[in-house]
Amino acid sequence: MSAVERLASEPLLRVADLSRWYGSIVGCRDVSFEMHPGEVLGIVGESGSGKTTLLKCLSGHLEPTSGKVEFDTRRHGMSDIYGLSEPDRRRMQREDWGFVHQNPRDGLRMRVSGGANVAEPLMNLGRRHYGEMRSATIAWLERVELDTSRIDDKPRNFSGGMQQRIQVARNLIHGPKLVFMDEPTGGLDVSVQARLLDLMRELVRDLGLAVIIVTHDMAVARLMADRLLVMRRGEVVETGLTDQVLDDPQHAYTQLLVSSVLQI
Amino acid sequence: MSEPSKPLIIVEDLAKTFTLHNAGGTVIPVFEHLFLEASPGECVVLSGDSGVGKSTLMRSLFGNYVPTRGSVRVLHKGAYVDITGASPQVILDIRRRTLGYVSQFLRVIPRIPTLRLVMEPLLENGVSIEEAEARARALLSDLRLPERLWTLPPSTFSGGEQQRVNIARSFIRRYPVLLLDEPTASLDAENRAIVVQLIRDALSEGAAMIGIFHDEDVRDAVATRLFPVLAYKVAA
Repeated sequence: MSAVERLASEPLLRVADLSRWYGSIVGCRDVSFEMHPGEVLGIVGESGSGKTTLLKCLSGHLEPTSGKVEFDTRRHGMSDIYGLSEPDRRRMQREDWGFVHQNPRDGLRMRVSGGANVAEPLMNLGRRHYGEMRSATIAWLERVELDTSRIDDKPRNFSGGMQQRIQVARNLIHGPKLVFMDEPTGGLDVSVQARLLDLMRELVRDLGLAVIIVTHDMAVARLMADRLLVMRRGEVVETGLTDQVLDDPQHAYTQLLVSSVLQI
Repeated sequence: MSEPSKPLIIVEDLAKTFTLHNAGGTVIPVFEHLFLEASPGECVVLSGDSGVGKSTLMRSLFGNYVPTRGSVRVLHKGAYVDITGASPQVILDIRRRTLGYVSQFLRVIPRIPTLRLVMEPLLENGVSIEEAEARARALLSDLRLPERLWTLPPSTFSGGEQQRVNIARSFIRRYPVLLLDEPTASLDAENRAIVVQLIRDALSEGAAMIGIFHDEDVRDAVATRLFPVLAYKVAA
């Protein structure tokens, strides 16, 4: 994908004045931003800052108290995702999106094989040709650097890093336009983390994917994201180009966050 | 270039002040009212002792630091774009196509082999894999980086080797504007001479450069004029 295509001017996602309250407690408030195809947006902040609430609202899992999330869907064009009917929204989530969870158990079906996990999104989209699905699955297992001879093993027989690779393959095989990632390397050893990050970065670039990645790890943010939203107490306190936010943070909270990172 | 006299980068009334919110709001002014231009074939060398703000200026020009005031306009795809007010998307596009940066340090993704790192700027600009690889190999040979290192990620390389990887990444394609922050700091004399030649070649082909060089020989060999950053220091 060329840089020109990456700069397509029509937004893929438009978030306007999004707030989510839990009773009188704020989850996130007044969040607005746009995303374009091919962009990688990092949402950073410490635990309790509202990252996860925001991600849930964006990904159609939690209806905001107020505000709008609009997405350029394949079937309906630019649509308010909470204005779609439940079946339409679910279909859009299956067709247009992927979601990589921190814990592979939340993103994989542990009782079926790794291969079936990867192939399932294709079946959900109505593909029925067994041979084609199997070859697509094998191609994706290779792409995430998994041993294809283990296609029939259950996820529990894979290591944590390998389970994450299965999850990544499962969330990319159907050609999504936008992938959400919630601390995708959070539970992994550092060495495994670096390999997975590198792999994800390559895939994102090759496929021209748009990604929203939530992380509390500034190194992960620097590696993956083009730009950042910094959250504190439910609000976005700073946004900008990733290296700008990390190297010359303007807000007191971001300065604290960046200066708290241990150097190695 | 159709209009060789047009500056490729124009800095106007630039000021940078750091405010440390977690140190009682300490304010550190660095420079102000700074004006600077570089045209094709020019290599403007920032001069002044360390601490005067040369690196801060370079980072502000690259969009890495956020200036407090002023503009940094770069001739990008035929029009001047102010990098200080541009969206992240536009800044990334300017960096991909127009504005290169050679820092003293190599900051790259772990695990990616050197050859691939050097090919990357070409691949991002739509050059085929075959051509990118051929050009990367040629440049790494010119820079005398031993071939056995090409398939390895540079994290374990010596300072001088890493710096040559860095230089290769910035000279593999012609950036119209190049920012050079001590690109020869950890190189021996022979390698310095090679880099000087690369810089001169790029200048003669119409690149505009702004650089920091502590090595006087290198500075004398490439500078078309000196720019004393101290002159823009905020009066204490």
